[in-house]
Amino acid sequence: MTTAHTLNALDLTVGYGDRTVVEGLDLQVPMGGISVIVGANACGKSTLLRAMSRLLAPRGGQVVLDGRAVHQTPAKELARTLGLLPQSPTAPEGITVADLVGRGRHPHQGLFSRWTPADDQAVADALTATETAALADRPVDELSGGQRQRVWIAMALAQQTDILLLDEPTTFLDVSHQLEVLDLLTDLNRSRGTTIVIVLHDLNLAARYADHLIALTDGRVHALGTPAEVLTEDTIRAVFGLDSRVVVDPTSNKPLMLPLGRHHTTTER
Amino acid sequence: MTALQAPPRLGITAGEIAQGRRRRTARRRLVVGVLAALIVAAFIVSLCVGQTTYSPREVLGVILGQDIDGASFTVGRLRLPRATLAVIAGLCFGIGGVTFQTMLRNPLASPDIIGISAGASAAAAFAIITLGLGATQVSIFAIIAGLGIALLVYGLSFKGGVVGTRLILIGIGIAAMLDSLTAYVLSKAAQWDLQEASRWLTGSLNGARWSEVVPVAIALAVLAPVLLTQSRNLSTSQLGDDAAAALGVRVERTRIIVIIAAVGLIAFATAAAGPIAFVAFLSGPIAARIVGPGASLLIPSALVGSLLVVTADFLGQYAFNVRYPVGVITGVLGAPYLVYLIVRTNRSGGSL
Ligand SMILES: Nc1ncnc2c1ncn2[C@@H]1O[C@H](COP(=O)(O)OP(=O)(O)OP(=O)(O)O)[C@@H](O)[C@H]1O
Ligand SMILES: [Mg+2]
Repeated sequence: MTTAHTLNALDLTVGYGDRTVVEGLDLQVPMGGISVIVGANACGKSTLLRAMSRLLAPRGGQVVLDGRAVHQTPAKELARTLGLLPQSPTAPEGITVADLVGRGRHPHQGLFSRWTPADDQAVADALTATETAALADRPVDELSGGQRQRVWIAMALAQQTDILLLDEPTTFLDVSHQLEVLDLLTDLNRSRGTTIVIVLHDLNLAARYADHLIALTDGRVHALGTPAEVLTEDTIRAVFGLDSRVVVDPTSNKPLMLPLGRHHTTTER
Repeated sequence: MTALQAPPRLGITAGEIAQGRRRRTARRRLVVGVLAALIVAAFIVSLCVGQTTYSPREVLGVILGQDIDGASFTVGRLRLPRATLAVIAGLCFGIGGVTFQTMLRNPLASPDIIGISAGASAAAAFAIITLGLGATQVSIFAIIAGLGIALLVYGLSFKGGVVGTRLILIGIGIAAMLDSLTAYVLSKAAQWDLQEASRWLTGSLNGARWSEVVPVAIALAVLAPVLLTQSRNLSTSQLGDDAAAALGVRVERTRIIVIIAAVGLIAFATAAAGPIAFVAFLSGPIAARIVGPGASLLIPSALVGSLLVVTADFLGQYAFNVRYPVGVITGVLGAPYLVYLIVRTNRSGGSL
């Protein structure tokens, strides 16, 4: 399924009203792996994802997918290659899991075209991959937060895009469900080769699951590289204004960040 | 432990998905079929039954253009345009109402609650009573007022994004002002006519003529297909603007097309029959109950609206010893539901 794509932001400037959020950002999204975007609240992570998926028109610069500006690409055509799961989607009242996941097929369907076996297959695969098959006939309203999040991911999977952007897919989940979602996305990446870009707040989970870590500050890319390259005490100070210690996580050999607050610290800085 | 809740690690096949989908489609088809049959039945009954009752054969004769003593006038000139307008206006209100409710994700956001019907009605009353215009110009007045009010309500409730509750409260306020405007126009009328008054305040089919039916029929024939082409975009938009756009829906474009088409339908129907109370508001939720969640409600809701108007008009004429205009009957049905919804929203802050 993986054809080689390229997704680049070139000198991208985006904002709302008279407020510029992202300014002159250059980013080459690494293809074929899992990239995790980290950064402080309100630094423009969601805004960047929205601009990359054509939801916000750039003020300057552009986002280019496979050599073509996304804002010149027809919406449905783009949605067959690039998917986005936004931070807070809403489920229509009473809708069942299978129906909601089926909405992910929108870009593959015409104005009046009938539902095809390929659509059914995509929904079945998405439910199976996210282990939500047993919930297929349940109303989404009645699910737990973790189940619901998996259903939303299933909807994004049913869209069958080669590139998938997810905005904080682990919020509201307990630790084990956070890991479950990240494991699921890793499986998806390893088995289908889907390029995955995730916004995460937990730096240690980010370091563990990312092939590439992208640190944003004030709408700019501060650092991009492997977790070991990016997750350093200096970067954390620059991006989050936080003092910390970074050690090596013995279970994964990835960097592990220990935040230092003003209290409860026994070691010398 | 969450382990107990974890679903069994089972897959699902495309066949099973297709089966579930077919079950839901079958239910929707059945509902649409039954509703359509009921409308036809109610339409026929309202042509045959009245002060004088005619047989279906006589009624058919009149429709085919035969000259039948008595029936030609009563059925051909009085009952037929009236029942036809009931069917068509009901379709317009039903589909226009559910479009707004779906788009704004709130059952209270129907055009007859948020002032759009009231605006169209005030404009129509003004055009007919004060200016003495004919049916087509009246419709144009009504549609301009309807769109204007839609824009006004939307504009006033816009503050970094439109919040449903704010829009509804502003709409209710504007509707109240427009109703008093209608009452003012009526009070200035040369001869105070109770029939006219009830038409513009609650909706009435009294004295319906073909010249009033035709513009609504044309509007329905043009605008309903426009709405139906947007049906899938509309359902996908329910996931929120970002999610819908990410799925390839052009959210703003969909919204503009849908608002213009729905306001157009409501305005044309209102220009002919007045703002038949609560039909736009009731049809969608009733259709949702019978069709079940997930399916598009445009057609079922249009049919429910039509059935409501035909039945309510028939009841209003003959079920009591006084003749009530159709809007009084639908108003009696709709008001308790409105109260229920407001109480529920108040309790839960909930949406649809
Ligand atoms: N729809 C909007 N209209 C106006 N301003 C907005 C809008 N959405 C976001 N902003 C502003 O843009 C800035 C960046 O927001 P953005 O949502 O991209 O941050 P973020 O990095 O995703 O933050 P978080 O970690 O809290 O999700 C913020 O200052 C925010 O207030
Ligand atoms: Mg965000």
